[in-house]
Amino acid sequence: MAGISREEVANLARLARIQMSDEELDHLSGEMQVILSAVAKVQEVANSDVPPTSHPIPITNVTREDVVTKSLTVEQALSGAPKKSEDRFQVPQILGEE
Amino acid sequence: MLTFSEAMTKFEPTLGLEVHVELNTKSKMFCGCATEFGAAPNTQTCPVCLGLPGSLPVVNKRAIESTILIGLALNCEIAPFSRFARKNYFYPDMPKNFQTSQYDEPICKNGFLDVQIETDEGPKKFRIEIERVHMEEDTGKSSHVGGATGRIHGAEYSLLDYNRAGIPLIEIVTKMITGTGKYAPQVARAYVTELRDIVKSLQVSDVRMEQGSLRCDANVSLAPISSGKLGTRSETKNVNSLRSIERAVQSEIERHANLLSKGERVVQETRHFLEDSGLTRPGRSKEQAEDYRYFPEPDLVPVAPTKELIESLRKKLPEKPSERRKRLQQEWNVPDKEMTAMVNADLLDTVAQTIEAGAEKTLARSWWMGEISRIANEKNVVPTQLIAINDVVELINLISTGELTDKLARQVLAGVIDGEGNPKSVMEKRGLKVVSDDSALMQAIAAAIAAQPETAEKVRAGNIPASGALIGAVMKSTGGQANAARVRELLLKHLGQQP
Amino acid sequence: MSLLKKTATEQAQALAAKQISATELVQEHYAQIKAVDNEVKAFLYLDEKNALAQAATIDKKRAAGEKLSPLAGIPLALKDVMAQANVPTTCGSKILEGWRPPYDATLVTKLKANDVVILGKTNMDEFAMGSSTENSAFGPTHNPWDLTRIPGGSSGGSAAAVAAFEAPISIGTDTGGSIRQPAAVCGIVGVKPTYGSVSRYGLIAFSSSLDQAGPFARTVEDAAMVHAAIAGFDPKDSTSINSPVPDFVSAARKKDVKGLKIGVVKELSGDGYQTGVAEKFSQTLDLLVSLGAQIVEVSCPNFQYALAAYYLVAPSECSSNLARFDAMRYGLRVGDDGQRSAEEVMNLTRQAGFGREVKRRIILGTYALSSGYYDAYYGSAQKVRTLIKQDFDNAFKSADVLVSPTAPTTAFKIGEKANDPLAMYLNDIATIPVNMAGICGLSLPNGLASEDQLPSGFQIMAPAMADDRLYLVGGAIEAALKDKWGKPFWEFAPKLKGSKC
Repeated sequence: MAGISREEVANLARLARIQMSDEELDHLSGEMQVILSAVAKVQEVANSDVPPTSHPIPITNVTREDVVTKSLTVEQALSGAPKKSEDRFQVPQILGEE
Repeated sequence: MLTFSEAMTKFEPTLGLEVHVELNTKSKMFCGCATEFGAAPNTQTCPVCLGLPGSLPVVNKRAIESTILIGLALNCEIAPFSRFARKNYFYPDMPKNFQTSQYDEPICKNGFLDVQIETDEGPKKFRIEIERVHMEEDTGKSSHVGGATGRIHGAEYSLLDYNRAGIPLIEIVTKMITGTGKYAPQVARAYVTELRDIVKSLQVSDVRMEQGSLRCDANVSLAPISSGKLGTRSETKNVNSLRSIERAVQSEIERHANLLSKGERVVQETRHFLEDSGLTRPGRSKEQAEDYRYFPEPDLVPVAPTKELIESLRKKLPEKPSERRKRLQQEWNVPDKEMTAMVNADLLDTVAQTIEAGAEKTLARSWWMGEISRIANEKNVVPTQLIAINDVVELINLISTGELTDKLARQVLAGVIDGEGNPKSVMEKRGLKVVSDDSALMQAIAAAIAAQPETAEKVRAGNIPASGALIGAVMKSTGGQANAARVRELLLKHLGQQP
Repeated sequence: MSLLKKTATEQAQALAAKQISATELVQEHYAQIKAVDNEVKAFLYLDEKNALAQAATIDKKRAAGEKLSPLAGIPLALKDVMAQANVPTTCGSKILEGWRPPYDATLVTKLKANDVVILGKTNMDEFAMGSSTENSAFGPTHNPWDLTRIPGGSSGGSAAAVAAFEAPISIGTDTGGSIRQPAAVCGIVGVKPTYGSVSRYGLIAFSSSLDQAGPFARTVEDAAMVHAAIAGFDPKDSTSINSPVPDFVSAARKKDVKGLKIGVVKELSGDGYQTGVAEKFSQTLDLLVSLGAQIVEVSCPNFQYALAAYYLVAPSECSSNLARFDAMRYGLRVGDDGQRSAEEVMNLTRQAGFGREVKRRIILGTYALSSGYYDAYYGSAQKVRTLIKQDFDNAFKSADVLVSPTAPTTAFKIGEKANDPLAMYLNDIATIPVNMAGICGLSLPNGLASEDQLPSGFQIMAPAMADDRLYLVGGAIEAALKDKWGKPFWEFAPKLKGSKC
């Protein structure tokens, strides 16, 4: 069973956009170690001849016609915004923006 | 500094082109919101395209059909079973922080597109192989506020408009394009041009690069000639015109060649094309590579187009742009070289429309490719931005009926371009008119004969070619406004010769 | 007898006969909520003003002789995972505190169309991740049978509300057992419908391929009535099944299991169950035999991998589903001081807004999907799903329904398993296979465990779109047990301090 390092957990937290304190990282690395060794059990039976199931009920080709339906009003669209300005969502500066 | 042609004696380029096409469906990819360009901010949004908690996507049927049409036109296999996947990464213009896209099961794959360019050895065909055509959704738009006039603490933020979020986007990815040598920039441009024309002919997108409904990313790498190796690539993002594609590829080839010939490394990175200088600059480098964690989209079910659907769409395919070109070339009786020039100048459709509107074929071609293109080039705009097609038709018809000479027509064109009105009103305002009043012409002819009596004698004696000097004098004295053919007719008759 | 202790069916009859008004019924339930919920803590939000206004409208409609749904005027408690327009919807998380959706979930639209009166939103484990409701950012809900114990989870608030007579019916969601396990430990009926048979539009996703909303009630027939109201195809949910819904209510009323084959899943009936729970299970099997059913043993060898597969599939999907909570468009925003970038504000908001269990699962899911690990973890888990489906398919060849104890134990003490995620995950061992295969399951109370006198649950499982079989078997067991006890199960429940009934 492959272990998981604290650095790996820190990288996962970065990918998942969750700031973590040293204490949180320490705690979580330990827990992940235990959980991963438990869930690795799936590998025992997951042979290459078993097809994967991503949808429990096999349905295909569900579509809608290309018809315009009513949108929200600007007020509704922005109703949950922590900040807004000029009918747009106001957010902190986005890095790497043109 | 190596020049482009020096670089091409040492290195071989490999290209990869990714083209994004926004479909022109009425509603978005996964919801019923409208897709109008330029609508007021956040007026075309709903729980689905805002990514509100609990909302779910449903695929737009027409988007699937449009994508299959593109695939068929690009000679692709249409997958009997394809799926959407989530591409996970955080960016504020993406409401769900994943993009619903396709990953290992795209709807179309393994196609090709032939393009023709003019080479030193004449026209040459290149086959561009298509890796895949897949469906995804566009992002919203962010704009930066503050900071432009010096940094003021706390004054910088961004504003988000999600009208564009969820508009159907088709990504067309080529396989590696090799063997183009020094023609790489032209091939890249010809490919995007051809692709654009095909998509346009299918009527599934507006393909307006200036509005962003067609966007191109160009991957370029260089390797020493015959090395059999593949160099490190750079990816130049969002190149926004056909001309820029050619320039971007050329400038990346030059940049790579100069680095490599100095023994330096090319960094694998994303770059931005700078319209003014024609160069590229590096994008923001990420400290660590993204890991998109693709997995099948559980909120959507697989797309399994039936054979019947595919065949019914195949029947809808219009005449291929390349076949149309062949047909027009025959109809217009144009040499290969001129035809290629017209295509490369992106004026084929314009010329065709001018002719369809009643203008004479040869004049339509020569005016667009000649004088209009020359002025456009001077002003650094595209010819169609300079003048409307119906004004050109009017101008050409005035030439055809003899109301304008070539020389006068140029002055009229300048007037139209300067915003003085349509050709007829420019003629009136500027008093530009062919002098077709015979008595006025006869006065000028008499004056010319009086000035050059010896020449007149020669003509009287049957030396017709000598009349040229007299006609020239008449044209000069009338300020170019005379119809030269009429002058010749009157002159010869006056001197007792049969015209 | 107090109106509160009547079943929804009885309340509906009283309303139809104009013996009571919807306004009175709704008022009585609010009075009960105010009397007991300071200790039970089932509700996060009460929509009293709107609910009473709606009740008044229904009373007017009834007085005018309009034809109404059988559920018209019946109060209902709604799990706070369902979007309800203009009503706070938190998912038990700080990250959504204060958010009021601008739209209704399809399930809410259907309830409103049936004139069901939504009393308010109920507590839950944050984003439905948990089996005890201890993971709610707003504090735990308490089990009405013993306030020191958990009500199960994640739909603990909805289960406790029904068990405490705060509402006759409620809505929960079930991703790995989140309706059936709380139903079991609160001594009520809970149903996880076939995946795709109840619209997920407006259900705030935890794990999209597993989530399914369903009813809680005190009787099988009441659950059937609610299920019938919320089931059916929804063009807004691509995974919604477009086929006719069976008649659940008739099935619940039939009370006849003669000749039915009841499959006991060997792998779900061995060790690992609390003695009293195992005893009640075998007594229920005896009861079924006495009713004329036939017991067969079936084997589902791959169920032993279900828990591991579940803890890969659900976290993977949740890591993606919960990415949208980023402080940009709605919900909590932390650290926006005008200096920090959007990215920094996202990181800080997600640190402050998500609880421990949610972070644990997001990190686990991020890992399972990341390049280099996908095949070993997420990919393998999807293969296990195939195997579990095959096991069910085989088992249903020899049995009409399958049965097992719902949960391995009765309600445990609040705090007992809070620091041991793996022990907590084991609560769902018997319920998870149903979600993995997308089939349906029902839990009903089958007695009190001998050692602690707390409710034990009996699980019935049926093939996809055969949810009527759950009601057929559940209704028969319920009727036989009531005969045996001489009273409905809820009459065993201790009276809560201040309770109006």
